[in-house]
Amino acid sequence: MASTEIARQAGEGARAVPLSGHVGFDSMPDQLVNKSVNHGFCFNILCVGETGMGKSTLMDTLFNTKFEGEPTQHNQPGVTLKSNTYELQESNVRLKLTVVNTVGFGDQINKEDSYKSIVEFIDAQFEAYLQEELKIKRTLHSYHDTRIHACLYFIAPTGHSLKSLDLVTMKKLDSKVNIIPIIAKSDAISKSELAKFKIKITSELVSNGVQIYQFPTDDESVAEINSSMNSHLPFAVVGSTEEVKLGNKMVKARQYPWGTVQVENENHCDFVKLREMLIRVNMEDLREQTHTRHYELYRRCKLEEMGFKDTDPDSKPFSLQETYEAKRNEFMGELQKKEEEMRQMFVQRVKEKEAELKEAEKELHEKFDRLKKLHQDEKKKLEEKKKSLDDELNMFKQKKTAAELLQNQAQQAGGSSTLKRDKERKN
Amino acid sequence: MGQQKNLEGYVGFASLPNQVYRKSVKRGFEFTLMVVGESGLGKSTLINSLFLTDLYSAEYPGPSHRIKKTVQVEQSKVLVKEGGVQLLLTIVDTPGFGDAVDNSNCWQPIIDHIDSKFEDYLNSESRVNRRQMPDSRIHCCLYFIAPSGHGLKPLDIEFMKRLHEKVNVIPLIAKADTLTPEECQQFKKQIMREIQEHKIKIYEFPETDDEEENRLVKKIKDKLPLAVVGSNTIIEVNGKRVRGRQYPWGVAEVENSDHCDFTILRDMLIRTHMQDLKDVTNNVHYENYRSRKLAAVTYNGVDNNRAKGQLSTKSPLAQMEEERREHVAKMEKMEMEMEQVFEMKVKEKVQKLKDSEAELQRRHEQMKKNLEAQHKDLEEKRRMFEEERANWEAQQRLEQQKLEATRTLEKNKKKAWYQKPYQSLSSP
Repeated sequence: MASTEIARQAGEGARAVPLSGHVGFDSMPDQLVNKSVNHGFCFNILCVGETGMGKSTLMDTLFNTKFEGEPTQHNQPGVTLKSNTYELQESNVRLKLTVVNTVGFGDQINKEDSYKSIVEFIDAQFEAYLQEELKIKRTLHSYHDTRIHACLYFIAPTGHSLKSLDLVTMKKLDSKVNIIPIIAKSDAISKSELAKFKIKITSELVSNGVQIYQFPTDDESVAEINSSMNSHLPFAVVGSTEEVKLGNKMVKARQYPWGTVQVENENHCDFVKLREMLIRVNMEDLREQTHTRHYELYRRCKLEEMGFKDTDPDSKPFSLQETYEAKRNEFMGELQKKEEEMRQMFVQRVKEKEAELKEAEKELHEKFDRLKKLHQDEKKKLEEKKKSLDDELNMFKQKKTAAELLQNQAQQAGGSSTLKRDKERKN
Repeated sequence: MGQQKNLEGYVGFASLPNQVYRKSVKRGFEFTLMVVGESGLGKSTLINSLFLTDLYSAEYPGPSHRIKKTVQVEQSKVLVKEGGVQLLLTIVDTPGFGDAVDNSNCWQPIIDHIDSKFEDYLNSESRVNRRQMPDSRIHCCLYFIAPSGHGLKPLDIEFMKRLHEKVNVIPLIAKADTLTPEECQQFKKQIMREIQEHKIKIYEFPETDDEEENRLVKKIKDKLPLAVVGSNTIIEVNGKRVRGRQYPWGVAEVENSDHCDFTILRDMLIRTHMQDLKDVTNNVHYENYRSRKLAAVTYNGVDNNRAKGQLSTKSPLAQMEEERREHVAKMEKMEMEMEQVFEMKVKEKVQKLKDSEAELQRRHEQMKKNLEAQHKDLEEKRRMFEEERANWEAQQRLEQQKLEATRTLEKNKKKAWYQKPYQSLSSP
């Protein structure tokens, strides 16, 4: 028998010893199974696809029951996720099934943000689990796991290629959830077109680096069937809850004028393959992959975002208490630093503003000094003008006085000469 | 929580148990068993009998062959396979327990060992990069009681009291072949009485919905603590090869349920409750350890505002997250306040500047006006002066003209006067 994970882990530290009789621990798998059966199983499916792809019908067909829901209209303003939980039982196995539907996907004119609500929903479930896992008093073994274990991506049966919305969405989801792409309403495509369509889809997924879920081939008991199914991906499905009489049996089918498409006929569609892979063979693996791969990735990113890191990658584990305390101190230090920085920033701003204002004040004073100087100059000029005017005035006065004096003298002289003349005449 | 739905046909998830079975076999199983008891109580022999192997052999001698001064904790790991199922079995032995004269605190190394395994698991669970976590936690502790026939020794009570909340304790009466059935019965009753008296919580078998199972469980409960005999030797009894202890008076068969409770122990420990022992360790003992450990961590850093001794259900991360949010709110408030103060001060200063600018402007205007007025005055004065001067000059010119005229007249007169005699002279 191939070596188990445990054996590999033990490695050199354990030696194999023979048993001389039947001890009885070969009942361990049964003990584990009993425990699981008693505890009940849990599975969560997310259906992503445009309105009218037949998501609800397919779920009803897969689980042989009628789940909730009215068919939605195309007028949703954004993408919302609606989830419903059901308790199913088959023989002694109880399954808590949650079906999550994307409502309004692909209906908007601008679909750029369509994937966002889906990613947020998936992350929210991871977050809820992470929070529970990190609690001090936690109850993990009775926690209702809401993480999405499988995402059925419904591809429109155009027959050509994937839509860009499909590629974008799947690329965003492939590291968060197990994606199983299916071609919806595949009774609209002929067999030859279907083969080409599948090839085109697969190559587009590969060339865009989209990681879809591969059925595991490491367990010999299921390796063969899984690897053969892997080559049939994406599954072309038809869903129907209506029954049609075929021969003497009632089968699930869709009746057309030109014939009847039987859901469970492997020649008509891959429904049986999907059911086999999703439910009967790999349900537990889907759940395990979600827990050990997708959830761990989310957890790792979240913790790294918060600044946690493993100090020593491989060897000695460090003390948890030390880590938390160190983390806390670092954290408090960071907060204080931020506080300090903010204070400093304010001090800086105050300084700058003060300098600005001082500068403005200085400019103002300079301006007025200049004006004052101008004013002084003006005044001076005015004074000069005044002075010159005064000088002229004085000069004029002098001239005037001199002239008057002269005139007086002349008058006197003239008067006297006239007098003289007159006198002489008289003589 | 969810709606009950009836299925109208076979879906197929009834195969889930098979899927789980498959995966578990592929992964393999692990189990860690600890044996505690004084030397010579047959612990190693019992292990060999339980697992039908020579865990301790000539090559790997058990601890009982070595004299220990202090209590040691020793681990042996073996890989056993049966029916396609692989089991990694770890036996933890505690040689030296109870062997000293002064056995105070001889349980401490054992407690430390259990805690260190919890710590290892907690650390690997708390890593950012988690890989497959090996589970080396102690799943079960078989405690060997010496077959005195009287009751529990103080050491027994002390040990079980200290360990019952850390590990699944299953007390066993060792070397039961030294007690007669009646003595054994009484001994068991006495022990159970004392266990209840001291409120020791030994491992309890879980109740199930199954009637049949519950009856079996009840039967086992009545026989607690199990009285066991172990043997490394195979003896032929009535043509059968059995494990047993040969005495002159007969053979005490290990697997004979009339002789001892070994088969009950084996069936319970290995065949039916191994998984439950692991689950109880994981869900109860480990969680207790973890919550105590993490509460201590957060408590160290927590404000004095929080009530002392309050075990919060929040994770340290959530707590830090909350503190971060509080701090962000505080910072925002602080920023807003600082901003307000800043704005106010700036407004004040700017206002002051404006006022002084207005003042200076006003003064400047005034001075300008003043100057302009003076200018105007001057202009007026000048104008008047110019006018006066002009007038005067005009007047002067007039006077001058007059004077000139008079002078010319005079001159002519004079000239005429002078010329006159000449004229009179010339005429007869």
